[in-house]
Amino acid sequence: MYETTYHRPASVEEAAALLAANPDAKLLAGGQTLVPTMKQRLAAPSDLVDLRHIAALRGISSEGGRIIIGAATPHAEVAGDATLRAACPGLADLAAHIGDPHVRYMGTLGGSIANNDPAADYPSAMLALGATIHTSKRDIGADDFFTGMFETALDEDEIIIAVSFAPPERAAYAKFPNPASLYAMTGVFVTKGSAGVRVAVTGAGSDGVFRQAEMEAALSADFSPAALDGITVSPEGLLEDLHASAAYRASLIKTMARRAVAAA
Amino acid sequence: MGIQGIGASVARKEDRRFITGAGRYTDDMVVPGMMHAVFVRSPHAHATLGKIDSAEAEDMPGVIAVLTGEQLKADEIGNLICGWAISSKDGAPMNMGEWSPLAVGKVRYVGDAVAVVVAETRAQARDAAEAVMVDYDELPVVVDALEALKEGAPQVHDNAPGNLIFDWEIGEKAATEQALAGAAHVTKMQIRNNRLVPNAMEPRAALAKYDRAEDHFTLWTTSQNPHVARLVLSAFYNVAPENKLRVIAPDVGGGFGSKIYIYPEEIVCLWASKRTGVPVKWVAERTESFLTDAHGRDHLTEVEMGFDANNRIVGLKVDTIANLGAYMSLFSSAVPTYLYATLLSGQYVIPAIHANVRTVYTNTAPVDAYRGAGRPEATYLLERMMETAARELGVSPAELRRMNFIREYPYQTPVIMCYDAGDYEASLDAAMKAADWDGFPARRAEAEARGKLRGIGMSCYIEACGIAPSAAVGALGAGVGLWESAEVRVNAVGTVEVMTGSHSHGQGHETTFAQLVSDRLGLPLDQVNIVHGDTDKVQMGMGTYGSRSGAVGMSAIAKALDKVETKAKKIAAHLLEADEGDIVIEDGHCKVAGTDKQVPWFQVALAAYTAHNLPDGMEPGLKEGAFYDPSNFTFPAGCYICEVEVDPETGKTDVVQFVASDDFGNIINPLIVEGQVHGGLAQGIGQALLEDTAYDASGQLLTASYMDYAMPRAADLPSFNVGTTVTPCPSNPLGIKGCGEAGAIGSPPALINAVTDAIGVRDLTMPASPRRVWEALQAKA
Ligand SMILES: Cc1cc2nc3c(=O)[nH]c(=O)nc-3n(C[C@H](O)[C@H](O)[C@H](O)COP(=O)(O)OP(=O)(O)OC[C@H]3O[C@@H](n4cnc5c(N)ncnc54)[C@H](O)[C@@H]3O)c2cc1C
Repeated sequence: MYETTYHRPASVEEAAALLAANPDAKLLAGGQTLVPTMKQRLAAPSDLVDLRHIAALRGISSEGGRIIIGAATPHAEVAGDATLRAACPGLADLAAHIGDPHVRYMGTLGGSIANNDPAADYPSAMLALGATIHTSKRDIGADDFFTGMFETALDEDEIIIAVSFAPPERAAYAKFPNPASLYAMTGVFVTKGSAGVRVAVTGAGSDGVFRQAEMEAALSADFSPAALDGITVSPEGLLEDLHASAAYRASLIKTMARRAVAAA
Repeated sequence: MGIQGIGASVARKEDRRFITGAGRYTDDMVVPGMMHAVFVRSPHAHATLGKIDSAEAEDMPGVIAVLTGEQLKADEIGNLICGWAISSKDGAPMNMGEWSPLAVGKVRYVGDAVAVVVAETRAQARDAAEAVMVDYDELPVVVDALEALKEGAPQVHDNAPGNLIFDWEIGEKAATEQALAGAAHVTKMQIRNNRLVPNAMEPRAALAKYDRAEDHFTLWTTSQNPHVARLVLSAFYNVAPENKLRVIAPDVGGGFGSKIYIYPEEIVCLWASKRTGVPVKWVAERTESFLTDAHGRDHLTEVEMGFDANNRIVGLKVDTIANLGAYMSLFSSAVPTYLYATLLSGQYVIPAIHANVRTVYTNTAPVDAYRGAGRPEATYLLERMMETAARELGVSPAELRRMNFIREYPYQTPVIMCYDAGDYEASLDAAMKAADWDGFPARRAEAEARGKLRGIGMSCYIEACGIAPSAAVGALGAGVGLWESAEVRVNAVGTVEVMTGSHSHGQGHETTFAQLVSDRLGLPLDQVNIVHGDTDKVQMGMGTYGSRSGAVGMSAIAKALDKVETKAKKIAAHLLEADEGDIVIEDGHCKVAGTDKQVPWFQVALAAYTAHNLPDGMEPGLKEGAFYDPSNFTFPAGCYICEVEVDPETGKTDVVQFVASDDFGNIINPLIVEGQVHGGLAQGIGQALLEDTAYDASGQLLTASYMDYAMPRAADLPSFNVGTTVTPCPSNPLGIKGCGEAGAIGSPPALINAVTDAIGVRDLTMPASPRRVWEALQAKA
């Protein structure tokens, strides 16, 4: 790791000011992605601005019919929160299966979606839930937030404050983990709610998380696993690596989608 | 702790320090003035080495030296060697290429050490290592052994034409071919044994300290055999003579073979310490471990097995290509030859065997022994063949094995080994019973109703431990003898210290070795200390690998104990005015058998050291040493049965039942033996289900982190059903065979046999990853 200066702001404003004052600074949340990257010397921020001690960024609440999750809420808290378990157990289950206990106690929802790893779990949930990403500057819909592999709509100096969504009628996540990393080799989050059916796929797309329109249409007509039987997922545009070919991922998308629908 | 002797399931004495974080590993060692080494490594798999410009690095904060191969050569530091000479079948010696501890002229794999930076902190050394400018002129690369043998393939070493190190054979070629020609049925397969990264929890490390006043070196290092390290460092690498070099292997966090060898880094740290005048420490980062720890396995084999009309094996023909990587590691030549082909008779009567083995250089990390070393490769081959043959012949795999079992001992195989004892049918029967073999069809039907494909597979393994009479291995080319030493030192108050040449890095010697002493002298376990891992404390020893420490290391202790007991009995007889022949040692006393006359053990010890009243002419003291050279290998054997369920939609395999029935001979500590089996099974299941080492065509290691290299986790493993049967080993005084590697040796074929049974395919390359299984199902559909 290269040398860096650590800051512990107490408010979002203070954090934003630190970011503005140090062009090579980076926000630090759970550090579960950023710190290993720094240890491998692949990232060299001059300053680290730690968000984990800003009370306003942490916690889960229900307001005006929407669930709000603070950006610095660790996965373990998302997994165990009673309000969320009641409103959207699929999301709590997703959080419960991220990494290992160490990762779940340190890693945060905000860090995960800001990073937008193509194999991360949360982006699929945000997209399928039609969540709103609230930042220090604006509100961004999930459809506009995830813009490509490791790419988001965030500006350099923009801080995610929270995410919010209307609890769906039905929702579930089915994940097929990469045997080595246990990240999603293919994960599918399905929801059925006031905005209709949404199917979001992570781990498989070479452009990161995406929605599967054909499945959404089929499930809108009939929200059952069998509704997906006739659909053939094309391997085009899907990731290829040591662990899975595009064709295998295409098959996993269908299998995971059916399992998610069955569990929802 | 009371008297806990042979057969007691004693919890490990050493675990208290390990699980409370009080273990002391090489990286925990700190000496005054210590500085840190970081290696500059080649990012290319094959290149001519040009100018190394270290000017900028040398000026960076904290840096005291940047050293290269040229300087190392100028100081006459030797090249690394392979310590087991194997000749080709035409009599030509093996073509060993040069391996300089820091590359000179050429780099041959990604990770090859090119220079070393020494600085005040590790971070400074790393910063400076990045600033060392190295000119590389890239050369064509070959990573696959089969490709390396093809005409026109890139040449890894000039003195190994066609990249061939040796072309070796064993057994009777003509007889085997004749047997196969006359066979009623011949099963043929091509079998790959996947390359593995050892992944010890503690990465390799070295701390070298040169003492100018004494002209003496101390090396703390992660070694399974500190004395062998010292021998090789002094005899071949010209670092220091043995009397000027102390090697200490403190707590070592796992070895699995990968810490047997001497690597460039230890040599360079010793040399750099003298050159710079400061103690130098190096600790591998995990990526360095992936890149540079000696890998395991990597065989490609064409195999044919012939059967007569009664399904008896008539012959076995094996043609193996073994990838040894870019350099010949210390025992690399022995692994695919004498540790592999000599086990090709398995548990079976095979009248004719012929094996041809070609070892090959490629632009990949060196390959050497890894838990099992050669025997897993042999077992995988045979047991995949037996299973496949049974399917082709339409007979039960259990019955095909049973009818071909060796049943009379000693049994001389056609491939050197002479099995001394065993009962393979007992293991088979015990395993089949524990696995409820007959109930499998019902379990398969039940799984099918849940949409799962259930399969069952077995493996009947034999392996050879405790390598072996020194004269025999010497005749086969070994550069060392394979005996073990012990010294039993009874202190004046009767407590005991045992200096052993074995080295514990997870095996629990501090407990089991103490149990032997407790058993023999009737002393509580906590009055016995086991001392190992320091060449200044322990007489010459050969270290721990090949499951040899029970059979060979403890036999040496037993031999030393014989001598201690003889002397103690003489003293006790003198004190009790009895006949020496009537003295027995029990419950911490020397007693006159059949009487109530006795003297406490500590008084016998005290008498030995006060020397006020000893038998005429007896020397004071109670301390005896012994060297034990085995008369044969030992032959653990057993039967493993694995049941899996495959999800046909995803290709994911779950191991739902795993039964192990092992014959390890006599058992000192059942708890530790069970733990060793569990660990071995986890590694074997890891190889068969998860672990794979992949290089791309340019020689980059694609699986250089846990993001891509899949290690077995608890959730990948079932609750093991482990049992033992016992035929005592006749070749050593304790009747022990060895248990350290069996799990890793016997389990991969059982698992792959189960998966192929589940999905109904003949061939499947390890690991049975979800992708491979899914693709096999697609290909079948
Ligand atoms: C062993 C291991 C296993 C894992 N397994 C999984 C898995 O199975 N599934 C999965 O989805 N993930 C997995 N992860 C990743 C984990 O979920 C991380 O928590 C997540 O990727 C990043 O979150 P973090 O809080 O640690 O962010 P950090 O690492 O601290 O930051 C990541 C990036 O986000 C930025 N950032 C952080 N917070 C904010 C914010 N509020 N606003 C704007 N930018 C911000 C940072 O500047 C940085 O660029 C794993 C990680 C590890 C180490």
